[in-house]
Amino acid sequence: MKEGSGEDQNVAPSMYSHVSRPSSHRNKNARKGLPFNVMLVGESGLGRKTFLNTLCESTVITASEVTNAEQAHIAEPMQFKNYTVEMDEDGMKIILNIVDTPGFGDGIDNEQCFMQIQEHLELQFDSVLAEENRIKRNTKFNDSRIHALLYFISPTGHSLREIDIELMKRLGSRANIIPVIGRSDSLTPRELVLFKQRVMSDIVSHNISLFNFPDLNDEDEDAVEENSELRAMLPFAVVGCEEVINEDGRPVRVRNYPWGVVQVDNDEHSDFDRLRYVLLNSHISDLRDRTQNELYEIYRTEKLSGNTSVLANNTSQAVISAIGA
Amino acid sequence: MSAPANDVQDYVGFDTITQQMERKFLKRGFNLNVILVGESGMGKSTLVIRKTTEIAPVTQMLEENGVRVKLTIVDTPGFGDQCNNEGCWVPVIKYIKDQHAAYLERELKPNRERIIVDTRVHACLYFLNPGSRGLRPLDVEVLKRLTEVTNVIPVIAKSDSMTIEERTAFKRHIKEELAFHRIMLFPYASDDDADDDRVLNASIRELIPFAVVGSEEVIEVEGKLIRGRRHGWGVINIFDETHSDFVHLRNFMLRTHLSDLIEVTSQRHYEQFRTSQLRQIKELRAQQAAAAASGGAPPAQPQVPLSVMQHQPMTQV
Repeated sequence: MKEGSGEDQNVAPSMYSHVSRPSSHRNKNARKGLPFNVMLVGESGLGRKTFLNTLCESTVITASEVTNAEQAHIAEPMQFKNYTVEMDEDGMKIILNIVDTPGFGDGIDNEQCFMQIQEHLELQFDSVLAEENRIKRNTKFNDSRIHALLYFISPTGHSLREIDIELMKRLGSRANIIPVIGRSDSLTPRELVLFKQRVMSDIVSHNISLFNFPDLNDEDEDAVEENSELRAMLPFAVVGCEEVINEDGRPVRVRNYPWGVVQVDNDEHSDFDRLRYVLLNSHISDLRDRTQNELYEIYRTEKLSGNTSVLANNTSQAVISAIGA
Repeated sequence: MSAPANDVQDYVGFDTITQQMERKFLKRGFNLNVILVGESGMGKSTLVIRKTTEIAPVTQMLEENGVRVKLTIVDTPGFGDQCNNEGCWVPVIKYIKDQHAAYLERELKPNRERIIVDTRVHACLYFLNPGSRGLRPLDVEVLKRLTEVTNVIPVIAKSDSMTIEERTAFKRHIKEELAFHRIMLFPYASDDDADDDRVLNASIRELIPFAVVGSEEVIEVEGKLIRGRRHGWGVINIFDETHSDFVHLRNFMLRTHLSDLIEVTSQRHYEQFRTSQLRQIKELRAQQAAAAASGGAPPAQPQVPLSVMQHQPMTQV
């Protein structure tokens, strides 16, 4: 939904202004900066790094310059790499913490990857659980629970691959999964529509739990409508690029092909702008809230109930011994 | 200076042998068997007519000016699609070797056909992932094995998400890595090559891997019909050389190097297979003889049934 103020629809809006969109003021900690933790998962080559750099409008992750051919193909085990970027979004300060997962899906045998990510997510939950139950708690505790997990799908044009299904199935209960189609400029508009439909139908048939833009307040009609639109856009088709050219004096991010120019910020070319707005503006609170109030609580209950303690589940002694375990 | 007395002044016409040979080949036609190896979604389907659920061939007859080419394309569904792709190359290698074995069996028959049906794989198009920086671990494993049994031509299908700079950088990385791993691709250099062959082969090697954009669709652009892909920001014409290497790949396989692909398969890959098979059989016979003499269990059978080999004189190889 483009709220144009009479702008020419064919020119990409400047990436520095969001004047044309309604912005959300559901925010807290305006001065300190709102911490927002995002994990990026996907095989190399699907544009994770570029996505992040485009999102932050700066080179956060530099492409590793592997100059010798010997190392280039070696299957590196998956790693977790952390980056922090301070963002200013409509006057709201956000501390964006990113966890990248280079090496995911790049080896011949990738079965270990899922367990590793699950463990990582649960580790963050565990540290919150431990902190919550301390006798003397740290008010400045650093919450590193992942609020959004962006999963990059390869633009095959067919349907989800085994690795996609496995990952989303296993992690859907531990993080808000937002599926994203990387390098979506390899699909024509018609192919993209069909692909999105097939992906979503696969997701439904495999009972995969996503961040489905839930309506937290049924009375807010605008929000309900917005959520339903966003649901219809899933998975988000992104094209990232770090090249900025000057068009009519305004900076525009493009990818130059011999047959045309893709404008990253043009809603007809990619869903990037919309996704950015969801992550850093309209749904940042919803994502944090769902992580805290739903996903974490489910984990906590699972973890504490699973403990074979002599006393009843809900007593503080059970909690204390659970932490000790 | 007067001409030597024994100059041949009359025209005999033995130069028509080239036309005679041509007619013979044209009458027979060519069989070109190509296998496509790559994960699903890499663009193989834009090069085949019907999808298959197993490794099975699909044939199409091409004809041009009286020359018939029977093009058989074999797809490899499921290759590289799992979480754990260990060994996913085994069915592919087996298929290729099975065709060699079938040919060997037919060749060895006492009453063999005059023209042996050739299902041997003449070319393998290996599909690279356009997003990766270079070769992936799986690519290295598979390419090493494939190049031992067939002519491999690496291809980047669906290259419409690569800008020209990205394409150039990718091709360079791939070539460096292929050289590092000593992966031998077709066309192979040979001392017999004439100068213009060398030049042509060098230009082919420059292009590898071929960045193609495939399409089954015919679309209209400014009143003209072209085969291409219509994006929101422009139209890709697969026959436009600035858009895709498709034309180069097609010329390479069906024009300039068609007979090379068939010949090299026959003289290099098939011969290697044949030699190793016959050696195995020879050893097997020796083992069987030894086992029979000592009363032990007979050893395992090789790929070509021993029965076919019974009447073959085992000459020293």
